[in-house]
Amino acid sequence: MQHLGYLFAAYSIIFAVIFLYVVFIWRRQAALDAELRTLEARMAALAERSAAGGPPEPRSEA
Amino acid sequence: MNNSAIRNWLGFSTLALMLASLFMVFDYVPPEADQGIAQLIFYFHVPLAWVAFASFGLVAIAGIFYLWLGDQLWDDLGYAAAETGMVFCTLMIVAGSIWAKPIWGTWWTWDSRLTMTFILWLMYGGYLMLRASADDTPAVARFGAVIGIVAALDVPLVIASVRLWRTIHPAVLVTKQGGHGLEDPRMVATLLMSLAAFTALWAWLLLLRFAQLRARSRMSRLASGVALAAAAASDTN
Repeated sequence: MQHLGYLFAAYSIIFAVIFLYVVFIWRRQAALDAELRTLEARMAALAERSAAGGPPEPRSEA
Repeated sequence: MNNSAIRNWLGFSTLALMLASLFMVFDYVPPEADQGIAQLIFYFHVPLAWVAFASFGLVAIAGIFYLWLGDQLWDDLGYAAAETGMVFCTLMIVAGSIWAKPIWGTWWTWDSRLTMTFILWLMYGGYLMLRASADDTPAVARFGAVIGIVAALDVPLVIASVRLWRTIHPAVLVTKQGGHGLEDPRMVATLLMSLAAFTALWAWLLLLRFAQLRARSRMSRLASGVALAAAAASDTN
């Protein structure tokens, strides 16, 4: 069983990096969902104000 | 079948193929006589190279279509392919380096194939740094497309380097003697299973990232529309 350590290291690193990349994708998805909720809230507020004829929403720099 | 169902199906297929591949590597295939069990790294090293090169080929194709049609879809596809390709290319280099240490006696050597692969890695690293640091403007997307196309020209050179120049990297799939270098049919079967597993993994990750980048592009356009509508509403009032 010579070189077992190298074999273990190679396969461990491959799966660890793939796992980290999946976590990265999952976190990006969570950030995207949060951004979508913010956008939906802004659109709802805008629609509400426009229907009520109320004061305009403050301008955002974003 | 919608996109989400396809991604789920691919995810489960990847898991099943990867488990089958691991079983074949560790319990089915005999290790190569001279190298011993270190040679088992080969069954993931080659598929990693395949999916990395496929990714970079896709970056180039998407770049050509983006420059031709100007559709954001192609830019998103190219960006997703470059990112997944970079992950697999990095893993290919790391796995190859770990394999090289017990067999060649060194982690790295400036052999022609290794050097060309390193240049490829640097070029796509540059592409990703550009995309991460600059705003998502059409000019940046066009520049990225050109880098992606130029960088992909290195892929055939990496593949052909073992024939064009003196190298210590083995030409496993097609040897200079004309054989494929895998004399035991179990070796061929294991390699094919690993190739299928990594192709499924690549497709799954690529589709996940592509869907995210598409959603981000759509939301960005929507946010611009909302900002314009808010500005128009404030002007009216």
